[in-house]
Order: sequence, then structure tokens, then C-alpha cells
Amino acid sequence: MPPATLNLETLTIAEARSAVLSGSVTASALAAQHYDRIAAVDPQINSFLALTRDRAILQAAKVDQAVKSGDTSTLGPLAGVPIGIKDVLVMQSAPSTAGSLILKGYHPPYDATAVAKLEAAGAILLGKLNCDEFAMGSSNENSAYGPVHNPRALDRVPGGSSGGSAASVAAGLCVASLGTDTGGSIRQPAAFCGVVGVLPTYGRVSRYGLIAFASSLDRVGPFTRSVADAATMLEVLAGPDTLDATASTQPVASYATDAAKPVAGLKIGVPEEYFGEGLNPEIRAAIEKSLDALKAQGCSIHKVSLPHTKYAVPTYYVICTAEASSNLSRMDGVRFGLRSEHSNTLANMYRESRDEGFGPEVKRRILLGTYVLSAGYYDAYYRKAQQVRTLLTRDFLTAFAEVDAIVCPVTPTPPWKLGEKTDDPIQMYLEDIYSVAASLAGICGISVPCGTTADGLPIGVQILAKHFDESTMFRVGSAIESAQQF
Amino acid sequence: MEQTNPGVDLKEVRHVADLANLELTPEELPRMARDLNSILGHIAELNQLDTRDVPAMAQVSEALGLEPATSGQTLRPDAIRPSVDRKLVMAEAPETDGRFFKVPKVIER
Repeated sequence: MPPATLNLETLTIAEARSAVLSGSVTASALAAQHYDRIAAVDPQINSFLALTRDRAILQAAKVDQAVKSGDTSTLGPLAGVPIGIKDVLVMQSAPSTAGSLILKGYHPPYDATAVAKLEAAGAILLGKLNCDEFAMGSSNENSAYGPVHNPRALDRVPGGSSGGSAASVAAGLCVASLGTDTGGSIRQPAAFCGVVGVLPTYGRVSRYGLIAFASSLDRVGPFTRSVADAATMLEVLAGPDTLDATASTQPVASYATDAAKPVAGLKIGVPEEYFGEGLNPEIRAAIEKSLDALKAQGCSIHKVSLPHTKYAVPTYYVICTAEASSNLSRMDGVRFGLRSEHSNTLANMYRESRDEGFGPEVKRRILLGTYVLSAGYYDAYYRKAQQVRTLLTRDFLTAFAEVDAIVCPVTPTPPWKLGEKTDDPIQMYLEDIYSVAASLAGICGISVPCGTTADGLPIGVQILAKHFDESTMFRVGSAIESAQQF
Repeated sequence: MEQTNPGVDLKEVRHVADLANLELTPEELPRMARDLNSILGHIAELNQLDTRDVPAMAQVSEALGLEPATSGQTLRPDAIRPSVDRKLVMAEAPETDGRFFKVPKVIER
């Protein structure tokens, strides 16, 4: 029987798995089809930094063997599904650069827990995906290996920092991918590329093997083509980990089952602060349409206030840079990665290696983070930001006492043109206005496609829910998604 | 007392770069000073808020009233388990004799 021709651009996890299990396509053939498409399409997009072909072939053969033997009981929920991994997550023996020159040629000796869990569930890991250097950026233009192009409009940014993760799923180069979100790095590129992206609750997914940026904020989450797929994937990823003390022991719900439940009776909050004058009118209209769809399905819509929203961006940039300056001190040229050849003393070796290895945005954030933590400024900047973080979190806890979920935009604007905002860091940081507050508060969120602009650029809607209430988040996401289809 | 600096000068940027073990070229230095001042100016908006009685939040668990991860309750049992393969680790080192990481000399003789 010739292998089935599947549409790689629209293939979902559920479809891919059932095609492999039914024998209509082998996992090996499906992986090969994706590699062929990567070879044909990715030169224009630049989403993959490395392909892990040997490992993928081995894993696909294992899945195919199980299917052939008829023993499909051992096959997990991602059996045969081709998945890509953001380059800040380590994969044994595969290059892991985090988009930085300082880790060029680094081959980590172990797997991140999230990576290992995907593979244990049967996923075929195709390779490592481009991102902003150390996940610092909102446009993927800070990668040392070149920017990623938005597959929906090649002259535009895919968003960041998980630009490669979003673009590869949008372009049909993998069925799903892993990304990370510190201040919006999953939700924003998902919105810009027209795919689904999930920010799980802080602690929901293990971060063992994630190259750390800001440890009180960093989260690992999925990119997919449907809300149901995201629920399936999060169910695989979530749970405690003996290798990560910050991974929560809270029970993991049946997200895939919960995502399909009706939304009638749910109270939806709409925060006025997220609909201010900076919001693009086409995005506003698309979000309002999503709210109408929820109303039609029996939700009630309530105005809520998140009064400290305007302070989220400055708070975020104090806290994330402070933590980054500490985390990135391990990049010192001693144990792994780049070592400058132009140094004759230890002190010079540290400095020269970091100078040659780090790009401008990473240096900028290390400097800012070191400054806000330095003697004399700690209270005025760092402690102050931690206090405002409490206020921002209380805003959400107060709102969630009244409503089950909050619906708002992901971004104030559609994807901009490559190079348009690279000159002014503040202008770039302000693009994070609707995403960073949820990051600081630790709540969960999802970005779901909800339309396009007149120019055909994707628009995403953000659904936020209480800590560890991913079930409600997925339900609302599914309801909005179902209203998009004719 | 909560006072934010009106701005950082080149000398201060150089000092912070020293603290962070960063080497900045003469071209990078003024650009970083400009960017830092523009970001710090934006951050100064936080001073509009009175936070005298607001506790600082370092971890999400604090806001939820959960035990922080460092309290010992979530630590794993102290059991022996295989570590990462030493050979693989040392193979990544820029300079090694197979047992130790080698660095340029620390003390001048």
C-alpha cells in the first residue's frame, strides 16, 4: 500500500497518531515527509537550527515495530507525531545553542524532562528550533543564527522568543512543537503565526534541562494547530519531577476531556485595561467577535479591572533582567561552550568569552539586571518591582473571585516587518504589554487564532485562567476555536 | 528610602560591566548607556505606586499561600541514582585533561 498523502500544513496530533496506528502511513514515512518539507520550505523561514534525524529514525522504527506487531497498547498519546523542540531545551547529543554563539557546538549530555516525556509518549523529535538568544526578545531577531520569517507573511517577524517553534508549526514543518514563555514568548508568536500556544501555570511543567533565563517566570509549553492537540500535549508534559523541585505536585486533570466540555454558564471577564488606545482596531474587533461567540454559547460577559496593568512591563523588565544576570553567569567559558582564544588570564578569559559569545540584547539585559541588583539600587528597583508584582498578582486573584476566565488580546499590534523595531528596546518591550502580567502572576493562558487582518495577518485571542485551572482555559479556547470554523 | 537614579553615566556603565564580567567595546559603551537610561526612565514609573505595606513577591507560590519549593517538603528522597556520564560532560569542555576543567593561570608568578 503506498503511503497516504497527508496535508502536512493542517495535520493534527490526533490525525497523525490515528494514521500511524491504522497503518495508513508509517511513522518513518511521516517523519521523512516532514524532513522533505523542511528541506524544501525552511530555507525561506529559518525555523530549524539542527535536525536530529538519527534519533527520529530510531524512534519512528520503534513505533512502526509496535504497530506491525499489533501491540499498540504500549503506544502513547503522541505515537508517531513529528515534534520540534525550542533550542533552549536540551536534547542529549543534539546541538543546543539557545540561539547564542556562546553555546555554539555544545552537545548536552542529557535530555530535558519535557523532551524525555514527549519521546516516552511516542513523539518523533525532528530537531531544534530557532529562537531569540537565551529567549530574550519579541521578534526572533535576536538569534545569533539569523531571524525567523513569519510563514504567513515572509517579510514579517514570527514573534519571539519562540519564533521558530511557532513558525515551524504554521509552515507545516512539524505537527507540534515545544516552546518556552517567560514574558509572552509562547503566546505572542502563536498569535503572530496563527497557531495555538499554551502558557501553563508556573510549576505545571518541569523545567529540568531548560537553559534558564528568569527562573521565577520561565515556563515550558506546547504549540499546536488545535486546542484539543494542546490539551493532549500538556497532559503528557504536566506533573511533578524529582529533578525539578519547582515542578508542582498538584494533580494533573484530563485536559483533553475537559477541553471538549461545553462552556454554558461560565463567567468571562473582560479587563478594560487591555482594550486601551494602543490596541489595533482590527484586533479589537476580532476579540469582540470571540466574546460574541462565547455569549452565543451561553457564557456571561463581565467587565473586570486589572488596575496595575500599566506597571507590568517595567516590573517585568526589572525582575527578568535581575534573574537573567544571575543565571547567565554560568556562561563563563570553563565547562562548556565558547572560550575566547584571546586571553591569557582567567579573569580575561571570562570577559572575552562573554564578549564574543553574547549578542547586544543579552548584554543589555545582563547590564540592567546587574545594575538593579547592585548595592544602593536594590531596594529602589528590585525590591520595588517585587512589591508591584504582588499588586499585579492580587489584581488577577481579585478578578478570578468574580469570573472563571479572562478574555483579552495577546498583542496590541499584528506582526510587524523584520527590522522595523530593532533600534529601540523600549518600543520592543512595550509590545509585551498584554502578556507579561500573567507571567508575573504565574497564572495559565492560551493564545488561540481568532481571525486575520484585512492584510491577511493572523490575530490571536488570549484566554487567562486561575493557577492550575488549565481545564477552564482549554474549554473557553475550544469554544472560541469552534466558532472560527464554518 | 525609594530614590531612583536620574541616570547612569559611562563610568557607571563600565563599573556595572565589570561586575557582570562583560567586556564592552568603545562603540558599545555609549549605546548601552543610552539604552539603559531609556529603560530606567521607563522603570521609574513604578515610583508612582505607594508600596510601603506591600510584601515583596519572589515566587508565585508565596502569592498562593503554598509552601515554597525550598521548604523541604518537595525535596526528593536522598537516594543514590546514576549521575550524568562524566565522559560526556568532560567532552564538552573547551580544555580538559579528562578529569578536570583547565583554565588559564589564575596567579601570576
